[in-house]
Amino acid sequence: MADQVVLLDFWPSPFGMRVRIALAEKGVKYEYKNEDLWNKSPLLLQSNPVHKKIPVLIHNEKSVSESVIVLQYIDEVWNDKAPLLPSDPYLKSQAKFWADFVDKKIYDLGKKTWTTKGEEQEAAQKEFIECIKLLEVELGDKPFFGGETIGFVDVTLVPFYSWFTVYEKLGNFSIEPECPKFIAWAKRCLERESVSKSLPDQDKVCDFVVEMRKKLGME
Amino acid sequence: MAKSDVKLIGAWPSPFVLRARIALNVKSVEYEFLQETLGSKSELLLKSNPVHKKIPVLLHHDKPICESLIIVEYIDEVWASGPSILPSDPYERAIARFWASYVDEKWFPAMKSIAVAQDDEARKAAVVQVAEGLALLEEAFQKISKGKSFFGGDHIGYLDIAFGGFLGWLRVTEGTGGIKLLNETKTPGLLKWADDFAAHPAVKDVLPDIGKLAEFSKVIVAKMRAAAAAPAK
Repeated sequence: MADQVVLLDFWPSPFGMRVRIALAEKGVKYEYKNEDLWNKSPLLLQSNPVHKKIPVLIHNEKSVSESVIVLQYIDEVWNDKAPLLPSDPYLKSQAKFWADFVDKKIYDLGKKTWTTKGEEQEAAQKEFIECIKLLEVELGDKPFFGGETIGFVDVTLVPFYSWFTVYEKLGNFSIEPECPKFIAWAKRCLERESVSKSLPDQDKVCDFVVEMRKKLGME
Repeated sequence: MAKSDVKLIGAWPSPFVLRARIALNVKSVEYEFLQETLGSKSELLLKSNPVHKKIPVLLHHDKPICESLIIVEYIDEVWASGPSILPSDPYERAIARFWASYVDEKWFPAMKSIAVAQDDEARKAAVVQVAEGLALLEEAFQKISKGKSFFGGDHIGYLDIAFGGFLGWLRVTEGTGGIKLLNETKTPGLLKWADDFAAHPAVKDVLPDIGKLAEFSKVIVAKMRAAAAAPAK
């Protein structure tokens, strides 16, 4: 029986991008459905009734949600190629730790860099840079967090790079001068088709945010 | 394996530390429990978890593993010959992880809100939120347990451990607030589950004494309230 795979997503979502990259890495054919988050489809509400959020992976009519959980599911089901997690339990636990760190810090701090003002914004930008630098230390001399090829942490983290123009332009600060190693890593990831096809262009994301702010009446 | 190969840095009241202890017990792993003192962090803790500086930290051959659910999964994989903690089917694993994440991200913060509520209205609202969460967990329990005693079926599994870690705090909240969060009408499955879980051999010796936890909670809640009431900088 052929696998039926559907991804409920929203194109600027970094969480959705994670799943796109993973499915591409594994060579899984799937149907992409872009949701209108202001008018959620019955399918979304039915497949993720608890959070009503994207991404949701529907595999042979069974729904999996929460992007990091989806990544692990994909890695376990399509285990014949491109492993995302290392097989060694200790290295696997470290990869999960850093993916969890990305979840706890990068999204919220990234958001604060451009949605807050004054002292709060300054503090968020400072902490954001510190977190990126910590990730640079974790990366070390490796081309990717996963080693010679992209892995779990790379997939969890690189989508936020597509939001960097939003952070920098709307937040009025610069990331590259402080974190050149991180930028180099992100560009290296983008050399992989699975990543370049899954991440929207930074300017496109920025235009979308500016448009949305106008619509919501926020300057 | 020598006891000193496995160490757990933790503290008896922590629900997160409890998860790790139960997992180690399920696998019959001997370990050294390194108890932290409230209000100060040991050098070993700061060295082993420099990023978050939090407990629990599992040290296996001196290599640190942090974050309670990551620790539980690690224990499950390393001591593979013991009873399985996570189900083997990828979809069932995803469901277990989903609800564990729900407990951490939604349900436990709502529980904490009850404790720090500044007035009756806020407290009532928080209780409603917690009750709604328990209704969802009850539904999940009915589906996942398939009529057995635990989320894991006949044996305690990942979600039992993830949610069960909070059982002590749930009981304390019930006692302090004079409310029955787990009850026969709304959560009959979880009501029975709670007793079965607390009585389980891997749990009963490490579940904190409720009286002791209630005393301790007064100290913690006072601190949390002070932090919540403090003016934002």
